[in-house]
Amino acid sequence: MPALAEALVAGVVLVVAPVASTASADGSVPPERQSDLLHLLKHDCGSCHGLTMKGGLGPPLLPDTLAGRADADLAEIILEGVPGTPMPPWRSQLRAGEADWLVRQLKQGLPTEGMAP
Amino acid sequence: MVLILSATSALAFAEVALRGTGDLGLIVERAAGRVQIVETTTQSKLAAVDGLGDLSHASAVFSRDGRFAFVFGRDGGLSKIDLLEGRLAKRIVQGGNSIGGAISQDGALVAVANYEPGGVRVFDSGTLEPVADIPAGDDAAGRSKVVGLVDAPGQRFVFSLYDAGEIWIADMSEPDNPRITRFEGVGALPYDALITGDGHYYIAGLFGEDGLALLDMWRLDAGVRRILDGYGRGEAPLPVYKMPHLEGWAKAGDLLFLPAVGRHEVLVVDPRTWQEVERIPVHGQPVFAVARPDGRQVWVTFAHPLNDTVQVIDVAAIEVSHALTPGKAVMHIEFTPRGEQAWISVRDENRVDVYDTRTMERLSSIAAETPSGIFFAARAHRIGL
Repeated sequence: MPALAEALVAGVVLVVAPVASTASADGSVPPERQSDLLHLLKHDCGSCHGLTMKGGLGPPLLPDTLAGRADADLAEIILEGVPGTPMPPWRSQLRAGEADWLVRQLKQGLPTEGMAP
Repeated sequence: MVLILSATSALAFAEVALRGTGDLGLIVERAAGRVQIVETTTQSKLAAVDGLGDLSHASAVFSRDGRFAFVFGRDGGLSKIDLLEGRLAKRIVQGGNSIGGAISQDGALVAVANYEPGGVRVFDSGTLEPVADIPAGDDAAGRSKVVGLVDAPGQRFVFSLYDAGEIWIADMSEPDNPRITRFEGVGALPYDALITGDGHYYIAGLFGEDGLALLDMWRLDAGVRRILDGYGRGEAPLPVYKMPHLEGWAKAGDLLFLPAVGRHEVLVVDPRTWQEVERIPVHGQPVFAVARPDGRQVWVTFAHPLNDTVQVIDVAAIEVSHALTPGKAVMHIEFTPRGEQAWISVRDENRVDVYDTRTMERLSSIAAETPSGIFFAARAHRIGL
């Protein structure tokens, strides 16, 4: 269980641990936006990668499957998509730094239940 | 009558000695690993059955007597649910990652399409004991993810191989010895498929190219042909944030309505010639284009981020006649068997809304946690569902 989401109140995740910030100035995401991004990750990314990120039509996005990949490369895939596959570019849906934040969440592992509906 | 209060979800049924299942159905609560059993006559929830695992993209088929639902979970779970008793009758985990399934013409076999391991597995619908394993794939790609698995007349299953670009027919007349007919090179990345309600045509959508793969089930010797080839005409498609689903289709003046991939369009095809007749501009990238049972309307849902809206196409006019905005993240639409109601799941609002398809008014809402698929027991009696 990652430190990211430990408190469950009426089905809403309260982010109690500060997100580890990176050296880059754009590495932090405000808490209310974090919940939107986690929702996007679970449900919209989950359409292809599975609600639990164990894979589907798209490959698994679990900590051990991503461990060997550079954060910057993974963030680029999120932003630009993978031509010739169903992975679309998400650049238009994300603000600066949010792809990096998503990569960090995936590498930590997502909370397995109780994500904000 | 003495009522013993119990905590079981079957309580609602304890008071009903006898009833049919023709007006029953399921709502998948995908994040909760639960289904609700609902009744369309009173638009109410009767029971909930949980413990069904990862229900992302879960779908259901029904036993031929309409009593049981078979729910296909993302995590390879196959759950058999007793609609009358409101309980889980049996559950197995048959694979690692699954995408849907089908029930055979005679109701004896349930088949599951798997991503992991690729292929199709077939089970006895009574016991869920394994009957056959079809490790679909080709030499190049190895085992392939399977999509678009449907039943077809003649005790057959038809499905598409996402990685290998093939369509297979499995004749299950001898259940433990499936006879496979393979159609290779049907196109790049078939992502889903439908079979027409008469079992005549199987159509696979292709993600890797503009066009669809068509198999005439009455003339298998003619092979698979490409239809609507290059419907994008070389335009760069938009990013696809959700794969379209090919389920349900509309026939009116003998026309077929299909969601375009990567375009804000519904394609209209004449199945006598398989030529494009028209393209209807719609609100966003369509995910579902589902026909009301009488074929007079086609209701369309859309991909993220335009998924708060449903548009209704008047088939006689071949144009959008109504728009509804049920709310955030509309996922699925299911019509009552004769089409007077449309049930719409609104995932991010935790509701299922029931609309009157004549007046377009919302009749009622049912609370549901992140609802996705809605499946009514009347599917028991329809080919391909």
